[in-house]
Amino acid sequence: MSAVEVVFLVLAAVCVFSGLQAVTCDRLVHAALWFVLTLGSLAGTFLLLAAELLAWVQVLVYLGSVVVLLVFALMLTRAPTGSGSATFTRNRWLAAVIGTATSVGLGVLGWAGFGGQEIVSPTVGSPEVIGQVLFTEWVLPFEILSLVLLAALVGAIALSTGQRTVGDSGAADGDR
Amino acid sequence: MPLAWPLILSAVLFGIGVYGVLARRHAVLVLIGVEMMLAAVTLDLVAFDAWWGEPSHSGQVLSLFVIALAAAEIGLGLAIVLALYRATGTADVDDVPARERR
Repeated sequence: MSAVEVVFLVLAAVCVFSGLQAVTCDRLVHAALWFVLTLGSLAGTFLLLAAELLAWVQVLVYLGSVVVLLVFALMLTRAPTGSGSATFTRNRWLAAVIGTATSVGLGVLGWAGFGGQEIVSPTVGSPEVIGQVLFTEWVLPFEILSLVLLAALVGAIALSTGQRTVGDSGAADGDR
Repeated sequence: MPLAWPLILSAVLFGIGVYGVLARRHAVLVLIGVEMMLAAVTLDLVAFDAWWGEPSHSGQVLSLFVIALAAAEIGLGLAIVLALYRATGTADVDDVPARERR
């Protein structure tokens, strides 16, 4: 077993353990912080699979901004942060059965389809290579994606400011 | 490295995400489950890209797109959660009244 394989197995174990903690631990903020560890170890596996640019994008976008947004939203909704603050629905055990069945089903599918295949010396997806491809072959999807991001940005602003004016006018109506 | 290893890790992560979406009550934690499923798909794309060895790296470029869409989705999702919290006073998906008209 090569060094890469050993490191991959360690990262996979960290990833699965922290992922399980993120969905089962009973404190809201701890769940978000376990999620950081999941995404971090996932970025490590990206590096092992020679996706260099992608690993750093994962660290920057996910660890840098998405998780900060999540914690920010937890704070803004004034959620209780103590032990037992993250409650579960009543159908928790059914959810566990469905989740396990999904994992086993997809895992068996992957094993049956690609069980004997080996990844041999993949070419590194350096920023230079990915940038070259992104701005030649993939330039149209890239531009469409920028429009999608713009639409999401405008939508988020409209949602968070529009709601307030509606609430204010509602309060004014109530005063009258 | 066998191709099946990242595929199985991705399958396990996806299942964990499904469990998180179905079992959690706080809307932000439901979003964490969704993000975990998207991350599992990203790992699949990267693994197949490394296995296929195509010079134009389509798998990695598609993973970049998935990450960008996930960032857009989380921004909108959290805006909706905050709007829900302002309208109903709770971010608990089970406690939201069915006929909220504010």
